[in-house]
Amino acid sequence: MYRSHVLVCGGTGCTSSGSAKVIEALENEIAKNGLQEEIKVIKTGCFGLCAVGPIMIVYPEGCFYSRVEASDIPEIVEEHLVKGRPVKRLLYKETVENDTIKSLNHTQFYQKQKRVALRNCGVIDPENIDEYIAHDGYEALAKCLTEYTPEQVIQIILDSGLRGRGGAGFPTGLKWKLAAANHDDQKYVACNADEGDPGAFMDRSVLEGDPHAIIEAMAIAGYAVGATKGFVYIRAEYPIAVKRLEIAIEQAREYGLLGKNIFSSGFDFDMEIRLGAGAFVCGEETALLTSIEGKRGEPRPRPPFPAQKGLFGKPTLLNNVETYANITQIILNGPEWFSSMGTEKSKGTKVFALGGKINNTGLVEVPMGTTLREVIEEIGGGIPNGKKFKAAQTGGPSGGCIPAQHFDVPIDYDNLISIGSMMGSGGLIVMDEDTCMVDIAKFFLEFTVEESCGKCTPCRIGTKRLYEMLEKITKGEGTLEDLDKMEELCYYIKNNSLCGLGQTAPNPVLSTLRYFRDEYVAHVVEKRCPAGVCKDLLSYEIIADKCKGCTACARKCPVNAISGAVKQPHVIDKSKCIKCGACIETCKFAAIIKK
Amino acid sequence: MKNRLETVPFKDTPEKRAQLEQIIADYKEVPGGLIQVLKKAQDVYGYLPLEVQITVAEGLGISLEEVYGVVTFYSFFSIEPKGEHNISVCLGTACYVKGAGQIYERLCERLGLKDGGCTPDGKFSLSACRCIGACGLAPVLTVDEEVYGRLTVDDVDKILAKYM
Repeated sequence: MYRSHVLVCGGTGCTSSGSAKVIEALENEIAKNGLQEEIKVIKTGCFGLCAVGPIMIVYPEGCFYSRVEASDIPEIVEEHLVKGRPVKRLLYKETVENDTIKSLNHTQFYQKQKRVALRNCGVIDPENIDEYIAHDGYEALAKCLTEYTPEQVIQIILDSGLRGRGGAGFPTGLKWKLAAANHDDQKYVACNADEGDPGAFMDRSVLEGDPHAIIEAMAIAGYAVGATKGFVYIRAEYPIAVKRLEIAIEQAREYGLLGKNIFSSGFDFDMEIRLGAGAFVCGEETALLTSIEGKRGEPRPRPPFPAQKGLFGKPTLLNNVETYANITQIILNGPEWFSSMGTEKSKGTKVFALGGKINNTGLVEVPMGTTLREVIEEIGGGIPNGKKFKAAQTGGPSGGCIPAQHFDVPIDYDNLISIGSMMGSGGLIVMDEDTCMVDIAKFFLEFTVEESCGKCTPCRIGTKRLYEMLEKITKGEGTLEDLDKMEELCYYIKNNSLCGLGQTAPNPVLSTLRYFRDEYVAHVVEKRCPAGVCKDLLSYEIIADKCKGCTACARKCPVNAISGAVKQPHVIDKSKCIKCGACIETCKFAAIIKK
Repeated sequence: MKNRLETVPFKDTPEKRAQLEQIIADYKEVPGGLIQVLKKAQDVYGYLPLEVQITVAEGLGISLEEVYGVVTFYSFFSIEPKGEHNISVCLGTACYVKGAGQIYERLCERLGLKDGGCTPDGKFSLSACRCIGACGLAPVLTVDEEVYGRLTVDDVDKILAKYM
């Protein structure tokens, strides 16, 4: 028995901010004090509050330390672990209130959350199967194999109302039913962990924090549809997730939870990992399967759907990581429990990756139907530096920008589509008044131009032309006619592309045109970028009244565009200026403006 | 391949060659093994020059065209050598919104590169990448395996100085 457990986040976010060094220091310091038998250090998955990482929690007190550095460890061990006095200076600010220490679950960030897919993340050691089993792990698989027929399992998933969390929101139970209905000597289940949407990282966090949940769910899916082999297709950019999944698969095999005759039921199931090699289009189901086959990951027309002819021409069931992460809980708690959460047509919870201009960047899981306002202002802690909210971008390169007027719309699959965006995988990027919406549309189009696989013309050439028109506008060379042409082209690309990538690629343009047309018009008519982002439309000026002639800007300017005598107002030579902004950063008197 | 003459000539060693042949032998019978072979081959050589692609094609009994098609399709594979230190700036949405574009520009300026690539002395290579999933620390960049987060443009010189 240990008297204290110290949980340190070992997810990608905290590892990037140095948690490995914290763990090393902690283990050294504990050994130095001879406490190895009393205190256990556990490296967990993601807690969600990546903004204040590295994160560390000490139990049984539940003290939540944030932004811990290796150099803080001797003090924490000496004061807290030896003497029992939490180091208040290092505790997460919100948990300290008038000398009392609140638990993590009572902070604004966690209070409104409902963790189903993320239930074990930050709670268990993902590299230890026994901890997973202690949290009801593999009980759902045992229940399915020993109590339910495959048809009953499918019925439970159907009844739960679970829809695919990869973005499109297709009913999961129906997908299982279709895959089960096709008979062949070999069938496959596959897991889409090719989380290509920049800014979304929930799938990675689930695999890093709770890999066994995915293995168990895939085995259940295999049993339900009659498949004996599984593939997880995961991005090579996620080395920690790959490693933990490899360890988990190995442990599951040792325990007989993968392999032949699982739970003496006669059911065989095993799985392997296939690494993606950096192609966004491989998140599309047919492209993903082609890539597992070792080829160029190009999509192919449907039908035939993967449920009929998928991997190596065999019936294949493909679900996303977060979808799988819900399965075991639905089996254990029943479909009614799951469908009691959420809205009429979107049941359960959804994980969002909060990023961009927001205080609490990180991962949050909320019931479907939570409003954007609750997510951004309450859980996310609002926008930093007193700036004004402009838009929230969901759905990544396939989604759109939601303006402030829709702040109170309950988030679910259908509502997001009706306001011109989409759920996507759950990336939620917050933008403030300093973000130019034309520039953001251009950013996403640059992404889709690069990631378009080139197989079909509307996507390959259409996105390129769209990008060029946006570029023209950001340079101040656009016309009002271009805006209409752009819209027409958008619909053409949407209606004629082969796969989801092309069909959704124009969404960032359409949604910004819909809600922020005035910004486009400002670029076109007034040749002005209201957010001050598009370089070609900016000019820098020194306000003579405010300039003290300190020469700081002139010295900093990389192209010597600023001239003036000491203690005299300076001027910027606009023909030389490269608009790098170095002068504004340097000026102590706020005498330089960009407009 | 147009810049081939300007880059470092391909250097092979018997050890590397033996490793490559072993990798090919390991995956010859695995259905869909080409991507795995190319990944491991890139681990050995650091990149995938034409010479390596030819060996892989012959070893697996498939056409060079198919190998080249796969290599150029996936951004993970490089047909150009990487520098001694490889800098990768995340240009995912979260990082972009927080100013990763300016950081990338500053790096290009400091390294004398127009838009990424390898410095002539082979010391640094610079590329943009799509989201490494550390969005909570945006903007981020990686140098080899090390991640640097919560960056400002002014951090660029400090980071470069560490590797000079």
